[in-house]
Amino acid sequence: MGLRDQLAIPRDVIATVKNPEHRWMAVCRGTGCSSSASAEVRQALCDELDARGLSDEVEIRRTGCFGFCEAGPIVVVHPEETFYTHVTPGDAEAIIEEHVVGGKPVEGLLYRDIATDTAVERWHEIGFYGKQQRILLSNCGIIDPENIGHYLAFDGYSALEKVLTEMTAEEVIEEVIDSGLRGRGGAGFPAGLKWRFARQTQSWPKYVICNADEGDPGAFMDRSVLEGDPHSVVEGMIIAGYAIGAQDGYIYCRAEYPLAIRRLEIALEQARELGVLGENILGSGFSFDIIVKEGAGAFVCGEETALMASIQGERGQPWPRPPYPAVAGLWGQPSNVNNVKSYAYTPRIIIKGADWFKSVGTEESPGTAVFALTGMVNCTGLIEVAMGITLREIIYEVGGGIPMGREFKAVQTGGPLGGCLPKEHLDTPVDFDSLVAAGSVMGSGGMIVADETTCMVEFAQYFMQFVCDESCGKCPPCRIGSTRMLEVLQRITDGEGEEGDLDEIRRIARGMEQGSLCALGQLAPAPVMSTLLHFEDEYKAHIEEGCCPAGSCRALITYEIDPDLCTGCMLCARKCPSEAISGEKREPHVIDTDLCERCGLCKEVCRFDAIVVN
Amino acid sequence: MNVTLTINGKEVVAPEGSTILEAAGLADIKIPTLCHHPDLTNVGACRMCVVSVEKARTVQTACTTPVAEGMVVNTESEAARETRKFVLEMLLTDHPNECMTCEVNGECQLQDLAYDYGVTWPEHSGVLHAYDIDPDPNPFVFIDRNKCIVCGRCVRACGEIQNRDVWTFAQRGFKTRLVAGADQFMLDANCESCGQCVAYCPVGALFDKMSLGLGRPNQVTKVRTTCSYCGVGCTFDLNVRDGKIVRVSSAEDSAVNGLSLCVKGRYGYDYVHHPDRLTRPLVRAKWLANVESKVETGQWRAYDPDRPISDSESLVETDWDTALDVVASKFTEVKETYGNDAFAVLASAKCTNEENYLFNKFTRQVLGTNTIDHCARL
Ligand SMILES: Cc1cc2nc3c(=O)[nH]c(=O)nc-3n(C[C@H](O)[C@H](O)[C@H](O)COP(=O)(O)O)c2cc1C
Ligand code: SF4
Ligand code: SF4
Ligand code: SF4
Repeated sequence: MGLRDQLAIPRDVIATVKNPEHRWMAVCRGTGCSSSASAEVRQALCDELDARGLSDEVEIRRTGCFGFCEAGPIVVVHPEETFYTHVTPGDAEAIIEEHVVGGKPVEGLLYRDIATDTAVERWHEIGFYGKQQRILLSNCGIIDPENIGHYLAFDGYSALEKVLTEMTAEEVIEEVIDSGLRGRGGAGFPAGLKWRFARQTQSWPKYVICNADEGDPGAFMDRSVLEGDPHSVVEGMIIAGYAIGAQDGYIYCRAEYPLAIRRLEIALEQARELGVLGENILGSGFSFDIIVKEGAGAFVCGEETALMASIQGERGQPWPRPPYPAVAGLWGQPSNVNNVKSYAYTPRIIIKGADWFKSVGTEESPGTAVFALTGMVNCTGLIEVAMGITLREIIYEVGGGIPMGREFKAVQTGGPLGGCLPKEHLDTPVDFDSLVAAGSVMGSGGMIVADETTCMVEFAQYFMQFVCDESCGKCPPCRIGSTRMLEVLQRITDGEGEEGDLDEIRRIARGMEQGSLCALGQLAPAPVMSTLLHFEDEYKAHIEEGCCPAGSCRALITYEIDPDLCTGCMLCARKCPSEAISGEKREPHVIDTDLCERCGLCKEVCRFDAIVVN
Repeated sequence: MNVTLTINGKEVVAPEGSTILEAAGLADIKIPTLCHHPDLTNVGACRMCVVSVEKARTVQTACTTPVAEGMVVNTESEAARETRKFVLEMLLTDHPNECMTCEVNGECQLQDLAYDYGVTWPEHSGVLHAYDIDPDPNPFVFIDRNKCIVCGRCVRACGEIQNRDVWTFAQRGFKTRLVAGADQFMLDANCESCGQCVAYCPVGALFDKMSLGLGRPNQVTKVRTTCSYCGVGCTFDLNVRDGKIVRVSSAEDSAVNGLSLCVKGRYGYDYVHHPDRLTRPLVRAKWLANVESKVETGQWRAYDPDRPISDSESLVETDWDTALDVVASKFTEVKETYGNDAFAVLASAKCTNEENYLFNKFTRQVLGTNTIDHCARL
């Protein structure tokens, strides 16, 4: 009998969850679907079941994120895995009546394939999921994150048991090193090696810190893991604690993630109650506990030294390394900082072995990559793909291509500290080293797609604005350099670019890269430099010809009405907020360029494509 | 344990755990700094002390990087110099071009470094901060945030030396701004007006309010003196211009106190030039000989013009020799008439150790009594 079997584990729950015949419905209660009223959907489904006396036959289960948030609220009916999208409380009756009672899927709620415009019934048949390989997110959308029994049903805490009963700390580290697991917070440093360094430092106490700050704009990978499968992170941290010889763990999570924090607190409480967290875990003599520390939402607090300063109650500013956290981290003590995903992979590696992990992905970057895919693609959301998949596969197969038949222009990986890659690089395999070789980085998992209507100077300017807002202000190259860089970009997109501006950009970039204290300032010029590398012509067009080739920079474009196409429907004239459009009914209209504020509303509303941008 | 490293081709032996900056100091190799001060924690913020270290990906701050055996450092590499110039240029893009009228002109670390690296004030069309000047009503510390380079020395001086933690930074990025407490006035934020923050500011962002406009470093003569307020014996420099004290500046080479002073030592000097201050000894006319003629010749002076010196109780401004002779003769008289133990001596904690030592000797050996104590308070 294993240690785990001595615990008061909810065996009935586990049996139900594992039963392949079990009839249940997953209602996504991640942040995305919750914000589009999935709580009400769940309630409506429960009410409908109640009304029919079916509450005992069908389980309605709250789950974590499915990743396809734009199609939410999502409801999946099991065991057949029928995938319903955009479900409203009003749809509950149809789902129960037609599907559960009548046995026929509700056609109108099924996902429709973009290319073929046909309804797709099952979850895994949807194009968005076709190329995905869900290892890390395997429990998301399946288990109830607020019920430890569900986690236990999927081997939860058996890795911990294995570690405590069969493995020495060194063996655990060996296994993680063997697996080739690289940190998922951005830099891709081998996780096992980091653990070894922390283990080797002869000073106590030691700390295990989970970086759940996730400040990249648009990224929500870590949030989804915490909301959908919090115990996997907790278990990973306990294992790391055992490996490096620590008793205390911190999860640093941004306060803007209230749901993740609540689920974590529930998970920690349940884990303590069960005896897998706290004093004398599973009777092994090893003790470990975790505190959730809320951050105030500064991007820089994701940088590990700023994060530790913040935990210490100081202003969230980085401090110089060396010494590295493994030598002197939190309160000057050896500390191990890893990303949420890095910890969440660990229990799976311990259970299934290093070889299993290495069988996924590439040799140098084993495992999967989790991205928040956004921008100009048909299907956006959270995706998990095997490392080594090409950018093209992600954008055109998982993401379903570029909307409205437009042309792909570039894809930005690594968020505000990453770089963009143009179409020549579409066949680049997505792994840590190939992306760096191509001039971008893996980063922590943001992936933004730009199409032909995106101005790359504006694109770069957006990221530089972000850096200006998020620079901690400690060192002059980043504090002042980012502002000076933004000023140059601003004048270029304002049509006031000057000769020499590109050299000025390069000079400031070099100063920031070379002189900044932390990676924020050092990498902040990357989006600008990579757009300049691949789209220098576009910069030059702004400066030398005063034109924005993408037709996006407001100061450089004019809107006109093509008299041949205009039907005089007057829609644009009614919508124009600055009353710049005039014309008689059924006669071609004209735009007064002096009054026009170039908001583009007219172009959006015109049904005859009569508005042209020059 | 010592480690051996090479700095600019020179072999240097430095204690393990020391920084590159300290090791360079041992070898008389100068590395420029701004946010560093030997009294304060190193934070690596200003990036002036960057140096190239072989095998390191980027330049490293000498003030924070520990030395290692076999380390090869170049303090004057192109990357290091280029970075320093860039830092200075960036700082100057957000700095008023006001050296002409600045209080610390000639004693400003930013100005000196700009000179050393040939960085001129950059003309540009970008934003420049325009904070209110002297916005804090406290009587001693003048603040001009437009000149602040966000080095954090004042923050650390107040926190680490004075333990008051008055200062911090608010906001971030370009908007980062030095504030007292929760953006309060200094005196509401625990400030005890010691002026440590001013002493550690490398530029003219913090200055002594009482001294504004009274003389710049090259216009004053610095006179080292010992504080007269208490027995600690802090020394500092009186900044004298045209025979008047215009400022007190603390000095790094003061053995007792370094740059630290308390509010009285730093700001309590205006009594020196007060018209009511006694500068010569006063003796009652009745103890003196030849009062009339001495007053007539101007050697002595009647203290109270309304009281004739013919009044034997009136006070006369004499000279030290005369006054001390009177005291000596009176002491002798008491001693002979009533014996040694008729004396009781109370010394002052405001005196220096040396003064109190002498007073003790005088009491026991000259007056001949052991009845001596002191007021152990101010
Ligand atoms: C500005 C900045 C922001 C960062 N933000 C995050 C973050 O939100 N989450 C994260 O895991 N790592 C972030 N990092 C990386 C961390 O410093 C650190 O390398 C990482 O947490 C280590 O974990 P890993 O080895 O598991 O990747 C950031 C780094 C920088 C420079
Ligand atoms: S590089 Fe930017 S974020 Fe990093 S320490 Fe310097 S100012 Fe702060
Ligand atoms: S005067 Fe002294 S107590 Fe007041 S802020 Fe400055 S250092 Fe702190
Ligand atoms: S006021 Fe002076 S010491 Fe304080 S941060 Fe500014 S420049 Fe540095």
